Amino acid sequence: MAFCLFLLYKFNAEAYRERGKYMRAGHGRFTSYIGMLAVDFKRNQAIYLMAVPVLAYYILFHYAPMYGAIIAFKDFSPGKGIIGSPWVGFKHFVDFFNNYYFWTILRNTLLINIYGLLWGFPAPIIFALLLNELRNNSFKRTVQTVTYLPHFISIIVICGLIRNFTGTDGLINDIISSFGGERSNLLTRPEMFRTVYISSGIWQGIGWGSIIYLAALSCIDPALYEAAKIDGAGRWKQMLNITIPGIAPTIITLLILRMGRMLSLGFEKIILLYNPLTYDTADVISSFVYRRGIIDASFSFASAVGLFNSVINCCLIIAANKLSRRFSDTYLW
Amino acid sequence: MAIRKNKSEGIFNFINAIIMILMIIICIYPLLYVTFASLSEPSKLMQHTGPLLSPLGFTLKGYELVLQNRDIATGYANTIFYVVVGTAVNLIMTSLGAYVLSRKNAYWVNKMMLFIAFTMFFGGGTIPYFLIIKGLGGINHRWTQIIPGAISTWNLIVMRTSFATIPVSLEESAKLDGASDFTILFKIILPLSTPVLAVMALFYGVGHWNSWFGAMLFLRHRSMYPLQLILREILISNSTQSTMVQSGINEGQTDIYALLVQYSTIIVATVQILLIYPFLQKYFVKGVMVGAIKE
Repeated sequence: MAFCLFLLYKFNAEAYRERGKYMRAGHGRFTSYIGMLAVDFKRNQAIYLMAVPVLAYYILFHYAPMYGAIIAFKDFSPGKGIIGSPWVGFKHFVDFFNNYYFWTILRNTLLINIYGLLWGFPAPIIFALLLNELRNNSFKRTVQTVTYLPHFISIIVICGLIRNFTGTDGLINDIISSFGGERSNLLTRPEMFRTVYISSGIWQGIGWGSIIYLAALSCIDPALYEAAKIDGAGRWKQMLNITIPGIAPTIITLLILRMGRMLSLGFEKIILLYNPLTYDTADVISSFVYRRGIIDASFSFASAVGLFNSVINCCLIIAANKLSRRFSDTYLW
Repeated sequence: MAIRKNKSEGIFNFINAIIMILMIIICIYPLLYVTFASLSEPSKLMQHTGPLLSPLGFTLKGYELVLQNRDIATGYANTIFYVVVGTAVNLIMTSLGAYVLSRKNAYWVNKMMLFIAFTMFFGGGTIPYFLIIKGLGGINHRWTQIIPGAISTWNLIVMRTSFATIPVSLEESAKLDGASDFTILFKIILPLSTPVLAVMALFYGVGHWNSWFGAMLFLRHRSMYPLQLILREILISNSTQSTMVQSGINEGQTDIYALLVQYSTIIVATVQILLIYPFLQKYFVKGVMVGAIKE
C-alpha cells in the first residue's frame, strides 16, 4: 500500500512527460482533439479491448457500490430497490450523531487506533533495527523465517488461538496465576480488550512488517558506516546518525498511510473476538456498520455510518499528506 | 578505550541474540502448544496447567474425530476450488489490467489509472457492496467467492510496475514482425514475468485460502462453505457438537473431547501452510520487495 502511492505519483509524473513527448513527436499536427482521439483509438484498439473486462470489474464492484451509497440519503427497502426508494436527506446521519452509541464507537475506534499506532507502529522498526545488527547470517534467516510465519495463519485460527489462550483455563491465565494474579476470561473484561487486540496484532505482524524496513536498511550505503567508524562512532552513534536517518523516509511514508487509515479499522478480528460484554470498548465503527447493516438489516442507516467513515478517512489521508509535506520532504503526492 | 568498546559491543550482541531467541519462542510456541495439546490425552490435558513441552500421553482421537467430520471434508474441497479457480481468474484479470496500464502511449490509459487508483482512497462501504452483489443475484452462488475480488488494486499496480521494466525494444521488434497486443502480452511479457506471476499467485492464493467474510455474506448452503467458515463454527462459536454427533461420541463425553477437537482442527487447517511456507518464504518476501524497491 505504502509504495503503491509512491508509484502512482511517479507514474503520473512519468505519464505527463510521456504525453508531452507524444505530442512533440509530430502528433501535434492533429489540430482537432477528436482527430487525435480517432487516431489513438485506431492505433490502440487491442489495448482498449483488453481494458474492457478490467473496467467492467471496477465499475461493477467498486463504482456501483459507491453509487449505491446514495441509500444513505434514502429510506431503502429491498422491494423498491436503490433507485426507487424515497429520499430522506440527512435523516440517517442525524440519527447516527444522536445515537447513544455514537461517542462510544467513535472513541473506541480512535483509541484502538491510537494505542495500536503507539505500540504497533514502532515494533517492526525496532525489530528490523535489531535484526540488522545480527552478524550471524544463518541465525538472522532463521529468526526471519519464524517471525514471518504468523502473518500467514488465517484470522479465524488466530482468533481461535486467542480465545483458547485467554480463557479461564488458558495458557495466559496459567502464567498470570503463577505470578499470583487472579484467573479470569480476558475476553469478557472490557478493560482488557484493547490489550488483547493490539498485542495479538503485534504478534502476528511484527516480522512481516519488518520486511519493508529491512529492505530500506539494505539500501543504505555501506561507505557511510565505514566513514563513521573511522571518525570513531560506535554502533549506537552509527544507528542514531546513519541508520535511522536512512530509513526515515520509509518510516514517514508508512506513518502517513497508517494515519490515513485511522478510521478504517479492519473489523474481521473485532467481530470474531468481541461479545456483548465487551461492546463498551470493542465496538468500532465498522463492526457497528456490520451489526446494524447485515445482521439487523437497517441498510440505509448502516450505509450512512459507513459513508461517514469513508469520507473522514479520505480527509485523514489528505491531511496526513499535507502535514508531512509541510514538515518534511517526504510526501505521497 | 578500544577494549571497553569491544566489551560493550559483546554485551549488546549477547542481549540482542537473547531478544531474538525470545522472539522465535514467542512466535512459534503457541503453535507448538496446540500441536502438543492436540496429541494429549484429554483427561490429562484438562487437569494440566502451565506450558506444555511435550504431549501428555498420546492419542490421535482428536484427529480421528476431525477427519470424520464431513463438514471439514467438504469445506476443504470447496476451499481448494475457490483457491484454484479464484487465483486463475485473479492472474488473468490482473495481467490484462497491468498490461493495459503499462501502455503509456495510449491516450486513455492515464485516465484509467486515475479511475482505478481512486478506488484505493474511497469506497462505497460494506452495505452497498452487499446490496449490489445481492442485486446481481449473488446469494448462494459460488462466483461471489471469485469474481468480486478478481483484482486487488495494489497487486495490479505492482504488476504494472514490473511490466514497465521489460525493455521496450523487445516489443518493438515483435510489433515490426506484425505481433498484436495479445501476442505481445502472452508470448513476450508474461513468459518474462514468471517471478512476478508466481508471487502474485501466492498472495492471491493465500488470500483465498484465508478468506471467510465474503462467504459468510453470500453463502447460505453449508455445502458451499469454505473451510474457514467451518473453522469459525468450531473455534469461535464453540459448536463442536456436530463433529461429536457424527462420530458417535455420547453426550457425557462431549465436554472432554471439545477442546481436543478444537486443537486438532487448528492443526488440520494450518499444517499445509506450515509445511509449504518455508519453501515459499523467499517468494513472499520478494513480493513485498517488488512493490517496495522498484520506483
